[in-house]
Amino acid sequence: MSKILEVNNLEIDFHTYAGEVHAIRNVSFDLEKGETLAIVGESGSGKSVTLRTIMGLLAKNGEVVNGEVLFNGEDILKKSNKELNDMRGNDISMIFQDPMTSLDPTMPIGKQVAEVLRIHNSVSKKSAMEEAARVLELVGIKDARNRLKDYPHQFSGGQRQRIVIAIAIINNPQILIADEPTTALDVTIQAQIIDLLKELQTKIDTSIIFITHDLGVVAGIADRVAVMYAGKIVEFGTVDEIFYNAQHPYTWGLLESMPTLETNTKRLHAIPGTPPSLLDPPVGDAFAPRNAYAMQIDTEQEPPFFQVSPTHKAATWLLHPDAPKVELPPEIARRREIWKKMNPETKKPQTTEKGAD
Amino acid sequence: MAEQKKEVLVSVKDLQQFFNLGKKDEVRAIQDITFDIYRGETLGLVGESGSGKTTTGRAIIRLYKPTSGEIMFNGKDIAKLKNGSKEMQEFRRETQMIFQDPYASLNPRMKVKDIIAEGIDIHHLAKNDKDRDEQVANLLELVGLNPDHATRYPHEFSGGQRQRIGIARALAVQPQFIIADEPISALDVSIQAQVVNLLKEIQEKRNLTYLFIAHDLSMVKYISDRIAVMHNGRLVELSTASEVYNHPLHPYTKSLLSAIPIPDPEVERKRRPQPYDSSMEEDGQKRTMVEITPEHFVYAAAGEVEGYKAAAAAYNA
Repeated sequence: MSKILEVNNLEIDFHTYAGEVHAIRNVSFDLEKGETLAIVGESGSGKSVTLRTIMGLLAKNGEVVNGEVLFNGEDILKKSNKELNDMRGNDISMIFQDPMTSLDPTMPIGKQVAEVLRIHNSVSKKSAMEEAARVLELVGIKDARNRLKDYPHQFSGGQRQRIVIAIAIINNPQILIADEPTTALDVTIQAQIIDLLKELQTKIDTSIIFITHDLGVVAGIADRVAVMYAGKIVEFGTVDEIFYNAQHPYTWGLLESMPTLETNTKRLHAIPGTPPSLLDPPVGDAFAPRNAYAMQIDTEQEPPFFQVSPTHKAATWLLHPDAPKVELPPEIARRREIWKKMNPETKKPQTTEKGAD
Repeated sequence: MAEQKKEVLVSVKDLQQFFNLGKKDEVRAIQDITFDIYRGETLGLVGESGSGKTTTGRAIIRLYKPTSGEIMFNGKDIAKLKNGSKEMQEFRRETQMIFQDPYASLNPRMKVKDIIAEGIDIHHLAKNDKDRDEQVANLLELVGLNPDHATRYPHEFSGGQRQRIGIARALAVQPQFIIADEPISALDVSIQAQVVNLLKEIQEKRNLTYLFIAHDLSMVKYISDRIAVMHNGRLVELSTASEVYNHPLHPYTKSLLSAIPIPDPEVERKRRPQPYDSSMEEDGQKRTMVEITPEHFVYAAAGEVEGYKAAAAAYNA
């Protein structure tokens, strides 16, 4: 397993009329070759900003205050515009949320797909079109050869997202960044697109960073999961660790507020309140005001990461050895039971030495 | 919800809504829609985009003039009412809508109290200014907002709070029936649950009837008493929420259910999507809603009924 991307201590501020918005507050994570990392969080939690920074697409009023983004050992943040242009769409490419607006309505789709290839490689127009047709077939556009001259409006939403994916993968990128690629689509189409991404991943051997707020989608696609809240990663682990052995109360809240098809309770669990303003981030744990398990220390001091297993860490004081034992919400307790069945040898979740699967 | 006699509040019969009728680009948005909504229940309407669920909602609330069919509300045929008539105005008060996009559905240049009270003014429901302010304050409190915020503008609120303002506006004219068109799709996960809980709470307090339109099937199952599934402008299945989820009969419903992502990695690893081939609908056979088991309707041709009955029996075996 080799690390293809490493983000270290990233801090980003935005200069706005209202003041400095501390959008990203000390974020670190890494991406391994061939894996899918899901970043979960609500709007404003900083997931999109993080990914735009990796692409070198930070808005003009954004400033990287601290940190580095190492792609194959080189810091992306130090690259010139030209180097970034060489990288984007070639080594790292992005699938955007809205397939209705991310294609050029005035350009035939064949040309749009071939364009990316022609920019980064010296290939003839004809062979670029050939390749475009092949990739379009690969992503499931039927009879692509005869549709190269068609315009985006002649395709349905799901087909358009397939075209966007074709553009993103035509250069066999090492990293594919997908920013809520299925949010604008219907469930049935969503399922198809996710299956397509999984299939492509094995075919072209790329790493995927997948942003979403839909935990159902995460469960289906991710190898590892980062949960973000108020500009920070609050929990990080393998998909099983996050879904069955979550430690951070915010992750609990997210898991509880999703009705599963079995949910029969009278009321849905809702996380009270709203996320804090990052103009003036709160002292201590940013989630404390919405957290039923908050302790005195949460309002005074920011929790560090506590290592739960070699692959799992969470930033909550509840993991401190001196923390009181809390009663888990029923849904989380149910998930812990599944976790125990999966890992019969581990009794206490806080053991530091636990093999990951 | 038990076996007691249920009172029908809304009864839709053979509703058709065509656009550009008779022209080259005629669109048959919905056809042969027939269903009842009982007083006090929540009927969930699901289907993919373009299936006609929003058109159905808008036709019922008479934002469109239906091409044909009957919409009985409290025993009156709404489809035949004239715009501007007294009865129409009364219907407009009794039926309200909550919209999908909390950013686009509130006038940014109006204060919250004027947004909420607009219906109160139109229907002359306030005795004087003091009464109007009081009503607004009560409504804000009901939806969980601070009554002191009545003089603020929409941009000062978050998405979830705006949706609460939209709910308060709908409730201001004391309606009996509310059509909620994807009211939570534009909200963050942690906020969705808050708004759904609020809708349920208000329903109990005011004995409201909901038509809840959505594509998020797990949320629909949670909030609905009964669920109607739409596809290609037609209703394909209608039954209680648990029947539709646990004993789906129509192949489209099965396909839709198999596509729902479940927040459980183990379940996801085992998931097998079932594709749906819509060509089976275009074989020219006449189909109607047939009651396969009590209260469980499926859009079926005469020749298919036995097959569905057998499938339903197999579930119970």
